[in-house]
Amino acid sequence: MKIELKVNGDAVSWRCEPHEFLTEVLRRHGLRGTKRGCESGDCGACAVLLDGREVPSCIVLAAQAAGHELTTIEALGDFERPHPIQEAFVESTAIQCGYCTPGMVIATEELLRRTPTPTEAQVRTRLAGHVCRCTGHIKPIEAVLRAAESMRGRS
Amino acid sequence: MSGPGKGEGARSKAWDTGAERIDEQDRYRVVGKNERRVDALKLALGKGTYTDDLALPDTLHLKVLWSPHAHARIRSIDTSKAEQADGVALILHHGNVPRIPYTTAGQGHPEPSPYDQFVFPRKVRFVGDRVACVAAESERAAARALRLIEVDYEPLEPIFDPRRSLEPGAPVIHDEPEATGLPDYQPSRNIAAEMAVTHGDIDAAFAAADLVLEHDYSVPYQHHACLEPHAALTWLDEDNRLVVRVATQVPFHSRRILARILDLPLHRIRVIKPRIGGGFGGKQEILLEDLPALVTLRTGRPARLVLTRPEEIASSRTRHPQLLRWKTGVSSSGEVLAQELEVLANTGAYGAHALTVQTCTAGKTLPLYRADAYRFLMKAVYTNLPVAGAFRGYGGPQGFVALECHMDEVAERLGIDPLEFRRRNVIGPGHDNALAQALGEGKEGPPQRIRSCAVQECLERGRQAIGWERRATLQRTGTLRRGIGMSCLMHGSGIPGVDMGSARLKLNEDGSFNLHVGATDIGTGSDTILSQIAAETLAVPLDKIVIYSSDTDHTPFDTGAYASSTTFISGSAVRKASERVLGQLFEAAAEIWRGRGEAVEVDRLSAEDGRVLRPDGKSLGYDEICLSTFYTHDQHQIMDHGSHMSFECPPPFSAHFAEVEVDTETGVVRIIKYVAAVDCGVAIHPRSAEGQTEGGACMSMGYALSEDFVFDAGGRLLNDTFRDYKQFTALDVPPFETILVRSFEPAGPYGAKSVSEIPSDGPGPTIANALADALGIRFRELPLTPERIRRAWLERQGRPLESSP
Repeated sequence: MKIELKVNGDAVSWRCEPHEFLTEVLRRHGLRGTKRGCESGDCGACAVLLDGREVPSCIVLAAQAAGHELTTIEALGDFERPHPIQEAFVESTAIQCGYCTPGMVIATEELLRRTPTPTEAQVRTRLAGHVCRCTGHIKPIEAVLRAAESMRGRS
Repeated sequence: MSGPGKGEGARSKAWDTGAERIDEQDRYRVVGKNERRVDALKLALGKGTYTDDLALPDTLHLKVLWSPHAHARIRSIDTSKAEQADGVALILHHGNVPRIPYTTAGQGHPEPSPYDQFVFPRKVRFVGDRVACVAAESERAAARALRLIEVDYEPLEPIFDPRRSLEPGAPVIHDEPEATGLPDYQPSRNIAAEMAVTHGDIDAAFAAADLVLEHDYSVPYQHHACLEPHAALTWLDEDNRLVVRVATQVPFHSRRILARILDLPLHRIRVIKPRIGGGFGGKQEILLEDLPALVTLRTGRPARLVLTRPEEIASSRTRHPQLLRWKTGVSSSGEVLAQELEVLANTGAYGAHALTVQTCTAGKTLPLYRADAYRFLMKAVYTNLPVAGAFRGYGGPQGFVALECHMDEVAERLGIDPLEFRRRNVIGPGHDNALAQALGEGKEGPPQRIRSCAVQECLERGRQAIGWERRATLQRTGTLRRGIGMSCLMHGSGIPGVDMGSARLKLNEDGSFNLHVGATDIGTGSDTILSQIAAETLAVPLDKIVIYSSDTDHTPFDTGAYASSTTFISGSAVRKASERVLGQLFEAAAEIWRGRGEAVEVDRLSAEDGRVLRPDGKSLGYDEICLSTFYTHDQHQIMDHGSHMSFECPPPFSAHFAEVEVDTETGVVRIIKYVAAVDCGVAIHPRSAEGQTEGGACMSMGYALSEDFVFDAGGRLLNDTFRDYKQFTALDVPPFETILVRSFEPAGPYGAKSVSEIPSDGPGPTIANALADALGIRFRELPLTPERIRRAWLERQGRPLESSP
């Protein structure tokens, strides 16, 4: 089947199978910053924004994204202009193996867009859906709070 | 080496403990600084390319048929229907692959683990063992074909309890004649490894004790939970060589073992380690790359195998569950006289790391407190359950549960504050590790005497940070009760006399350097840390070092990312290579000046900010030197290499403290605060050392409270998803204070020793001890689930729960 959707600002028309999940289709189209960790919606490594809302792309059918707007990690920043959230994760040494990082950055984007001044408890709740075996979550929590502060400073 | 005796105060002046060099670190320019990690930005941007992030045209996708039986002989396999299925290219099974015994354990040669595996077995030994593998045009086609493979199994009696494995008449799990191992390997008795070691007159030492205490402990399974599952992609390059891109901690061991089991000359194999999404020991294993490699060799096409999470949990590797018995003899004044540990370890269906994990259980724990005599008795036995292997801490987290809970119990019986009890007995600078020789890596190890050791400061700083004296006044009535517990820890830095790392360094025209290391960054930050060591030595900023790590064609050898070895071993190799390159820079600069008619003494030159400096203040930039040596004068490439192996294994030390609150109505434990004080020598990158500490401790908080495997009656794992396998999340992890205690290890690069594994040793006993403080009930079986706590609480109230679930 063919689906029409908007991916990172561009209107695209993608071929996919009716049974295929979004993670697969994104990765097949070169967007490999979206990771596979569990394929059951439990780890958050595959998080993307669907109409601005974080979803685990491994349990969303690609067909369900038709007509919607997707944002993946690739759209948030690049080497020249990293997103303040990405900068905060780097500055906080919140990245070890880095496999969970894109998902956490995506989750943080939605959190801070809706809640620019989150409490630590809100940050913890938000990151709780993101499995990270390396960091013990301490420095990612710090990174989100740092990102919030720096984004408030910029706006 | 004969060390100062037990009662001698033990500080020898001739013995370098680093105490006099402790301030050297204040002069470092790159080491000890929280530089931006060299790989962090690309990872934040989602541009890290892990094994499965490379897609090659014409790739075959692999799926494995796993055994549904815990123990069964394969009478026959019929693949005829599956071969006819759409998109199927090749099916592999025991009937069409070579039968070469090997171990999947990624250890140095010769591996001290038994050769008890084949690419495909004729007899399956756990639910999740390999039966067959389909290569097809898509994963879906491969998965469909799996269902068409017809296997006739002859079920055999399984063993699910390691005690049963040892009973006379128990089924023999490894009855194949090809299985071989070290002299103590006894497959006919289901024993994968056995050891008995005594140091000193143990019977006399127990006889001299005023109090002898003995308890049994039990520790569970644990899943590594690397977020990136095991993955491998193989292809033939244009020279018909096999390229293996694999999520591994041990690329060089992978190449060596693959060459053997594929019966391929080693020089025809190139193993590439791309970005790795976590390892924790799970990828210290040649777990799956043999299958795509076989498919590529037979079809000429690229082949890809990536495990799903349930496959990863059930069929990769786990932490060894153990039953431990700890026995201590003490004097009435609180002096430890005798220590004895007996371990029965469950290695599961295969014996990967069966000997060495268990010897480390003893090696990290028994020598921590000085005693007159020690004894260690161990059996690692086969069962028909998932396969245990290397796992961060490598036996330490198991052993410290027994040792540190037991020390609390001993102190309590003596009426001594448990912290004070540890202070009096813990090993210190200049002391010998009494068991180092006996507990070597499958052979006698080099003797070990402690140099740097800030364990007393760890105990003191941790005591202050948690508020140890509050123990006396915590809430211990009502529903919510609080307690504070602690533990004292020791680990190692590399395998002495075995682990070797190497590095190569070359100069470029802009004064930058390519640093090629065999070391494998699996997320630990070693690419950054090794670059910092090079930058410090060469007196350049970090961004002048361009690191490339572990590719068997393009980097020199390294044993791999395990045994807490990378900073200590590979870091020393980088320092050597850098010092040699600096020497070449001095020579080349002197040559340039001499060409200009200026006399220069090489040994009076120094380096600063990318320039070679003369005593008179004149200088030459590395860029100028490189341009000259490339194009104009005495043309040559400034480059050199360094290798490092150490007979020393400096232990890091640590003290962990936790305050917990337990709900007696539900049995739920909440950690209120956690403190880890660590002596890792000089922390090359302090925030990374903190990150290792937080991550390692958080992992073991799950081990203490929530992580375990649950099996059905047939040995099938029931909680094989992240939904049912409970790790600590951002909501569970407590406020955490890491204290990096100042110290300097003279045997390490820039004063460093290891930090990656020691944090995982602490939370098990620390939390159990805090819980005992809160409830007055001793728990000796992990994990401390609400059910276990609630049952014990009700029993204490005289209202035991009758039914068991």
